Amino acid sequence: MPWTHLFAAGPAQPASTPSDAGRQLTYRQALLEAQRQALAADAAVVVMGEGVDDAAGSFGTTLGLQEQFGADRVFDLPLAENGCMGLALGAALAGLRPIVVHLRADFLLLALDQLANHAAKWRYMFHARQTAPLVVRCVVGRGWGSAAQHSQPLHGVLMQFPGLKVALPATPHDAKGLLLAAIADAGPVVLLEHRWLYDDLGPVPEAVYGVPLGRAAVRRKGKDVTIAAVSLMVREALAAAEILTRTGVSAEVLDLRTVAPMDTAALVASVAKTGRLVLADTGHLRGGWAAEAAAVAAEQCLSCLKAPVARVGLPDAPTPASPVLEAAYYPGPEAIVQAVEQVVRS
Amino acid sequence: MTEAPALDDIRRLLRCMLRIRRFEERVAARYPEQQMRTPVHLCIGQEAVAAGVCLALGQEDVVCSTHRSHGHYLAKGGSMPALAAELYGRSTGCASGRGGSMHVIDVAAGVAGTSAIVGGGIPLAVGMALAFALRREPRVAVAFLGDGAADEGVFFESLGLASLRRLPVLFVIENNGFATASPLANRRRCPELHRLAEPHGIPGEGLDGNDALAVLDAARRAVDRARRGEGPTVLEAVTCRWKGHVGPQPDTARPAAELAAWMARCPIAQLCQRLPEGTSGELAAMEQAVAEEIDDAFAVALASPYPDPATLLDEVW
Repeated sequence: MPWTHLFAAGPAQPASTPSDAGRQLTYRQALLEAQRQALAADAAVVVMGEGVDDAAGSFGTTLGLQEQFGADRVFDLPLAENGCMGLALGAALAGLRPIVVHLRADFLLLALDQLANHAAKWRYMFHARQTAPLVVRCVVGRGWGSAAQHSQPLHGVLMQFPGLKVALPATPHDAKGLLLAAIADAGPVVLLEHRWLYDDLGPVPEAVYGVPLGRAAVRRKGKDVTIAAVSLMVREALAAAEILTRTGVSAEVLDLRTVAPMDTAALVASVAKTGRLVLADTGHLRGGWAAEAAAVAAEQCLSCLKAPVARVGLPDAPTPASPVLEAAYYPGPEAIVQAVEQVVRS
Repeated sequence: MTEAPALDDIRRLLRCMLRIRRFEERVAARYPEQQMRTPVHLCIGQEAVAAGVCLALGQEDVVCSTHRSHGHYLAKGGSMPALAAELYGRSTGCASGRGGSMHVIDVAAGVAGTSAIVGGGIPLAVGMALAFALRREPRVAVAFLGDGAADEGVFFESLGLASLRRLPVLFVIENNGFATASPLANRRRCPELHRLAEPHGIPGEGLDGNDALAVLDAARRAVDRARRGEGPTVLEAVTCRWKGHVGPQPDTARPAAELAAWMARCPIAQLCQRLPEGTSGELAAMEQAVAEEIDDAFAVALASPYPDPATLLDEVW
């Protein structure tokens, strides 16, 4: 399938600190390594999902795992998304640490009853007498006419359920670290992995490490404006920040990494320093993560804001298929640059 | 039944059903005081299913239940004072007052947290059975569901998953003929719900759900199959809900004459007839002990503090 070899237009930007030399992995290799290490370290970890054992191996992120750990621990599932999510939740309640893989985040909507009505609420509803150490990996698609049902980011929806952690790794380092942290967490955690990040190369330590859930990272320091972003838009924000240096604008890029819970302290601290905020989201603007982040800025940073907050994200329409419409639909670095120029001028 | 039922089984089933019946009657009696501020879905009339299935289980086995869960909880050995306290929203409740009537739990007794989304608990039992099977533990999981949940897609998905992996799970359908107030005939052409197991290669058995001994017998066979690694079983126990879908008032969904006929086939009264002659004193003593246990449970619950509002946001993440 063409989309299994699909790359973002243009060369990938280094997503981690360029000076951090050493071992390099792609985002997909980092995900695979995290699961391999978790399976090796803990007999309770299992990986399940449609096609996790097939030749494509979930875009390469589960390749070889069944051969290494056996069909008891790495196995295919029927197309019964809600039942399978309940299966994983029940297994988690009984002491396993399941990782459920969805090749498209869109399919997660079929499992929303077990995820949102059950898994997200279990810990609170029973006052932690049972917890749900469950990880849901979802791939967010884009491009090649993926269209309306194969490209939804969904974090704006998922962050509405208290108890459901939602992480969006933007670098290979974080892909491994957030996944390992999610597996170790009392859960449940949804990991939204953008398909266009899969071939990004970056430093990934071989050691087992966790990136704390709910902690943002400054990807680039700056003083004139904060560009707070998630997922692929972190890469786009870094590209925008580079372009902005030509006009003398110093942009700070903040990668939120998890949207639920959200590191509001990091957001507030950066805005307090720069006085301006542009939000760059892979999701829809209306009622989504950028709207929530803008509300946090309005509540906690109004006195230090020198300009209105600006948002860059998806327009209020489902995703179209035609390449011409797709190009008009998705904002890129240029849209972020424009938004920054607008808030810097005002 | 090929042989005479053991007297010990009859006694244990009776005691179990009496505990459920009298507890639910106490809830119904005190509900108008408006101190139990939680929607109660009472199981009066359906006690034989909970009692029969749970007597076939060991403490290490687990049950996943529904919004109508008090009977399953008590039959599996859940703490009665903790259940009463949960209904009263107290901190000593089985879910610390977070769950209410529809979300009870007693992990030590093998009662998993219960779901009030119809059908929601079914795949959880399958998943728990998956964990038992992967760890080679000889444990069994039970999904209790109503006939309404047999309308849900997740029921069929769960049957498929359990069948595929031959998991040690029992699907126990309490067919009381109504989903809220919608009769089964409005919802399904084929009323024999145990036959829904057939396409999945799962044995299905229809039962008189008011005959506790028949339920016990079928459940023991299904549990034995599951422990032998032979996979899941579907049991359909046809029974009747005496109270309304929710609340303490009598059921009005079913025609009155039909309800009266079912009440004449009370599962407890029927089993009492199986007691040997000269044991009426034993029954009275059982009633007395159950009454005292319920008195104590309600007294403990009502003397318990409410949760501290400062704990409102605890254990979200």
